[in-house]
Amino acid sequence: MYEGIVQDVIDELGQLPGIGPKSAQRIAFHLLAADPADVRRLASALTELKEKVRFCRICFNVAQSELCRICSDPRRDPTSICVVEESKDVVAIERTREFRGKYHVLGGAINPIGGVGPDDLHIRELVARLADGTVTEIILATDPNTEGEVTASYLARQIGPMGLTVTRLASGLPMGGDLEWADEVTLGRAFEGRRIVSA
Amino acid sequence: MYRDEGVVLRTAPFAEADRVVTMLTRRNGRVRAVARGVRRTSSRFGARLEPGTHVDLQLHEGRSLDTVTQADILGAYGATIAQEYARYTAAAVMLETAERLTSEERQPALRLFLLLVGGLRTLAGGERPPSLVLDAFLLRSLAVSGYGMALDECALCGEPGPHHSLSVPGGGVVCPECRPRGAASTSPAAVRLLADLLHGDWDGAEASDARVRREAGGIVAAYLQWHLERALRALPHLERT
Ligand SMILES: [Zn+2]
Ligand SMILES: [Zn+2]
Repeated sequence: MYEGIVQDVIDELGQLPGIGPKSAQRIAFHLLAADPADVRRLASALTELKEKVRFCRICFNVAQSELCRICSDPRRDPTSICVVEESKDVVAIERTREFRGKYHVLGGAINPIGGVGPDDLHIRELVARLADGTVTEIILATDPNTEGEVTASYLARQIGPMGLTVTRLASGLPMGGDLEWADEVTLGRAFEGRRIVSA
Repeated sequence: MYRDEGVVLRTAPFAEADRVVTMLTRRNGRVRAVARGVRRTSSRFGARLEPGTHVDLQLHEGRSLDTVTQADILGAYGATIAQEYARYTAAAVMLETAERLTSEERQPALRLFLLLVGGLRTLAGGERPPSLVLDAFLLRSLAVSGYGMALDECALCGEPGPHHSLSVPGGGVVCPECRPRGAASTSPAAVRLLADLLHGDWDGAEASDARVRREAGGIVAAYLQWHLERALRALPHLERT
């Protein structure tokens, strides 16, 4: 154990995903040795993250105002919505340049053991976006793992009867992976080869 | 280095691209191990370490966590089950129950392991109603863990039945003499269904109607919650069909 402030920083860093006690200690001592200006920039970026970044009122992507960059862009195709688990998946798909429609970020995937059911995700808001008939295609781009597949089939069952085309990213994305780890070429190909699950 | 076979109960992201996989194994009971790189879509194990999959494993002992070095599929039940929501939520309750009934890591639980493999296989087979497969698994796994439900004789004095009251804290059906305050009246058909599920009489169990299945399912859920200290997280999400 270290003196108060150093230990506090180690404890806080240790709460972050993927950072164990060893890494937390390494980062804390790195910061202690770093240029004060660098550390101040990091601290203010973190503060701004919580103060200024919000979630888009329409699609729940991260946003700096009421609407995200994509929802407020009139060039994006309003007839097609790509449904993803997290904002980082929007970034992964944007990198492929395959998709010109809009997004809907669910905020996770159905995972009963983790205590996450359909009502804990932004599914109701998605269904509400489909009500006026503008949207004609839904692309289910949840992760290619069990929770992602279950979430996709649950959504297909909910949305299917609404009479629009529902597609799922093609295989080629092996099961068990996270979308954020897919390279652009594979993800782009999965987009092009998406299969219809309900029309 | 050691070999075993196991069922994946749960996975959690770990470090950059790894997952920590919680498994119920045949010989070593509940084991947690790191699967390196499995979140990368180029991983060779990915699908083999998804929840509900029965795998042949090779593990390497580590200081705090073991590492999975090889995994070969014996039964890809999880992937089949995931295609249908009711089956998936039933499987989630089974997997969470198996984890909760093995309170300590590395305590062999062979009978529970065999029940879990059998239950997942039946669920994936799709020939039996998911809610009955689940209730049969729960009653039997509680029984092999020392919480068998008395269904023929009074749970408190052993008086032969049939009895028409059931006490969850009492441990099963109770005779009119022993009936504690708050014991619920139970339909004879629900008690029969519970007994059929516990003893594996599928012809009898499948002859039951929806109302009786709901009643029996409610009793099993209450009994399960009574014996586990904390509430099961998956149970409120169960879709009964
Ligand atoms: Zn938006
Ligand atoms: Zn009695």
